[in-house]
Amino acid sequence: MPAILRTPHPRERRIVFKNVDREGWTTDIDCYLKDGGYEELKKALKMQPQEIVSEVKASGVRGRGGAGFPTGAKWGFIRPGETKPIYLICNADEAEPGTFKDRYIIHQDPHQLLEGMIISCYAVNARLAYIYIRGEFPVGAKILERAIQEAKEHGFIGKNILGTGFDLEIYVHRGAGAYICGEETGLIESIEGKRPYPRIKPPYFPAALGLYMSPTIVNNVETLCDVKHIVKMGGAEFAKIGRPNNTGTRILCVSGDVQKPGYYELEVGGVTMGELIYDICGGLRPGRKLKAVIPGGSSAKVLRADERYKIKTKQPDGTTTEAEIGIEDIRMDFDSLAAVGSMAGSGGVIVMDDSRDMVWALNNINQFYGHESCGQCTPCREGSLWMQKITTRLLDGAGADGDADILVSVADRIAGRTICAFGEACAWPTQSFVAKFRDEFLAYASKNGNASSKPEDKH
Amino acid sequence: MSDPVPLLNVQIDGVWYQFPKGTRVIEACAQAGKFVPRYCYHPKLSSPGNCRMCLIEMGMPRMGPDRKPELGPDGKPVINWIPRPQISCAQDVAEGMGVRTDSQLVQDCRHGVMEFLLINHPLDCPICDQAGECELQEFSVQYGTGGSRFREEKVKKPKHVHLGPRVTLDDERCILCSRCIRFMKEVAHDDVLGFASRGSHSYLTAHPGRVLDSNYSLNTVDICPVGALTSTDFRFKMRVWFLKETKSICTSCATGCNTLIGSRQNVLYRQTPRENNDVNSPWMCDYGRLNFHDVNSTDRLTEPQIRHLSNLETASWTAAISRAAEDLKRFQPTEIAVIASGRMTNEELWFAKKLVDSVKTSNYDIVPRTGPADDLLLNSIRNPNTNGAQLLGLCSDQPGAKLQQIADGVSQGHIKAVVALQEDLTAAGFKATDLERLGAFIVMDILPNETTKRATTLLPSASFAEKRGSMINVKGRLQRLNRAIQSPGNAREDWEILRDLIQHLTGANGVYLIEDVFKQMAENVPQFQGLSLSKIGDLGVSLEGVVAAAPVTASA
Repeated sequence: MPAILRTPHPRERRIVFKNVDREGWTTDIDCYLKDGGYEELKKALKMQPQEIVSEVKASGVRGRGGAGFPTGAKWGFIRPGETKPIYLICNADEAEPGTFKDRYIIHQDPHQLLEGMIISCYAVNARLAYIYIRGEFPVGAKILERAIQEAKEHGFIGKNILGTGFDLEIYVHRGAGAYICGEETGLIESIEGKRPYPRIKPPYFPAALGLYMSPTIVNNVETLCDVKHIVKMGGAEFAKIGRPNNTGTRILCVSGDVQKPGYYELEVGGVTMGELIYDICGGLRPGRKLKAVIPGGSSAKVLRADERYKIKTKQPDGTTTEAEIGIEDIRMDFDSLAAVGSMAGSGGVIVMDDSRDMVWALNNINQFYGHESCGQCTPCREGSLWMQKITTRLLDGAGADGDADILVSVADRIAGRTICAFGEACAWPTQSFVAKFRDEFLAYASKNGNASSKPEDKH
Repeated sequence: MSDPVPLLNVQIDGVWYQFPKGTRVIEACAQAGKFVPRYCYHPKLSSPGNCRMCLIEMGMPRMGPDRKPELGPDGKPVINWIPRPQISCAQDVAEGMGVRTDSQLVQDCRHGVMEFLLINHPLDCPICDQAGECELQEFSVQYGTGGSRFREEKVKKPKHVHLGPRVTLDDERCILCSRCIRFMKEVAHDDVLGFASRGSHSYLTAHPGRVLDSNYSLNTVDICPVGALTSTDFRFKMRVWFLKETKSICTSCATGCNTLIGSRQNVLYRQTPRENNDVNSPWMCDYGRLNFHDVNSTDRLTEPQIRHLSNLETASWTAAISRAAEDLKRFQPTEIAVIASGRMTNEELWFAKKLVDSVKTSNYDIVPRTGPADDLLLNSIRNPNTNGAQLLGLCSDQPGAKLQQIADGVSQGHIKAVVALQEDLTAAGFKATDLERLGAFIVMDILPNETTKRATTLLPSASFAEKRGSMINVKGRLQRLNRAIQSPGNAREDWEILRDLIQHLTGANGVYLIEDVFKQMAENVPQFQGLSLSKIGDLGVSLEGVVAAAPVTASA
């Protein structure tokens, strides 16, 4: 398969993606070793596990899978003196629409992931780790299995790693093609051989009652790669990259109506939305205007291009200042995107220009969530498909007055009431699309002038 | 003595209560009179938290800087409410916990779940067997709406699926609560059911190559909150609101599962388990549950009959009792045998023993009845009242030990008169040809069989559903049967028939109320001392000093 190599954009800071698209780079362990591979593992194994945890805490790194939870804090949930086996799982079920970063790490730099995983396992005292890779990545699974074999042959995985007495096995576990397997407790159920129904929390927090009811750490591919670099440069140094509370780099996956869609590794908050779209991605197609951006994967709330956002910024002296900004000035970091009512999510930035029909776009998203709801709990199971049926009906010209309100009401009755975050993931698009582009939904509804969805008309 | 369970302070809808540690929030709310609707939650099964009907608002005490709860003006903790609603089925109460079951958010959650559950539901209540005892209907009263906002096409799913020999499934009615799956896995230990497909298209099914043929399969019908799982035996037979429910016990084995007998106009339609945590929990086996159809049989014996030459002819009760008594009087005590049954109530056995004593014979026993046991409810002893028969002296601690000897006596002609009570002797080691030669053969039963055919006097009696009385289960628990229906024709209750027979033999006065029969027993049997039929209560009482007739099997 001939790789199309792309030169990184000058504003990128390639750390995790250093070897992606690199001239002459292969997935062979020899290639990785020649470039200084597994040196951080050797360094880490000379440290105390608790020191590594401290460095990860100091780095401030937040999970790259979507929720942005501080990784060091997650690791800290493992109780000292834990007597049950501890498991580490790499979540490689990258399935959020608009997100395509983990697959490049797996396909082009699998040993970086393995090194990050081995260090992480050593840090949290895990002796068994899984890479849960989505079923749609069959090539990635083979690459990882080969890389694990190579790492074993070099003594990086297996018994008594590098003579330190640390034992570790890593297994690749392939999913069967369900988005819900990316939810960490659904993923755990899947590894246990069951339907991936997410578990109720409480009591089944993975760090306490995870895989086989044992403490389990689940981290994203990119997060685990970051651990290698935290060990290399030290937590404090890593924390200098990006912005306070939004440290390190992130790989943003830009798709949609830009001239140069693709992946860009940038310091977190190092660029604004405007810089990302217009400078890095080459702007919109000729003659087009920006209409909307979904900044963090399809479940993130859509941002309207002509909207003004009030954003509070904490100053070093503790005071907060408030400013009103446009979409172009939103910083691409966790806190800024949360402050404008959306989220950094999985890093999938979906750009839509003025040629886009927002009802069509929402229906596209609703089709995905209606198809992927696991069906375990009532609001999401019934609501996600209902929302999709309404948007499909609107597109089919059979809309009715009140459809927009029903859509929002259905979404409101899902979000916050389900077992897992899929409820929010499927509700937020509808809530935000209808709130921000209500006129388009009303226009579709009025195309069918005779219909009415007042309750008394339908029994 | 172990330490008492500590009590925890919990605020429910503004009022503070105390509950023992370990109480589920949903149970605490119910105890406080704030019933929380639920579908997936079942107190005897694990909590998956999937239906989301039991969402409530929950909070914990706000902690001050000293890590102690901040107290409000009323001296009670100030509660920090969690912004998201929480399920109440999977969490235990905690000290200082606050719960709101009646807030606007909680009401909206319930309305929301109710609407979601109904949008793809077929709403075929008029032809649904669950109608009248359906929790969708029940909670729709409070949380439903008059119309639907759902304009779309409903999801289509499999209908009239034969999940197994006794359970029929309608997947469109299923609300995917998973109670049945959990019951089969956790209680019946037969992990046979599961969900297939995904999202709104999910449906219940048996695993490939498996069928729901467990002897406990019908419990899934009981716990199904909707009309998805129905009893193949009962479906379409009767609207449940017409059923009269009579509290009784199952008589198909020595466990004595507590039951509700559903009947209408003297016809039995179904038996369902009645919760008794000292006996059967809320479960019963399919074998016992369905073992009632004989009661409705058109072959039931309805008239007393007396043999004239080779023919049995209908007679009055007076004539039949008189004939039976006079026949018995013709024989010496050693020529008479009485075969009683472990299926008889204590009251019947009490009179059976009186009969034995009045004819002064030592030839008496009961017919043992055994079968394979399981590790849940079904006992290897299939007679429901062997303990009663032993206690009242109708058999030794080896029931049936004398049967062969009696059969031999009949065969050899030493025994010339036999009284057979509720037992087909041809199935108990007696030869039909021997029975034909008896000088007197007094048979009391409910259905014709090879024994009744050969009777000289045939006395039609009452089935388990047509009588009151008591039995002692394998664990020594005294429990009551109650009358659900009247016996057909002129059939009578067994104790009355026996009383009349004894009266005729001895000339003594008899009792006229079953309460008085029990009173007589209580005066004479130490284990019954101080008890009466009414004191037994709906859940029975444990008797001291009554030893189990056989090794006790575990019950749920």
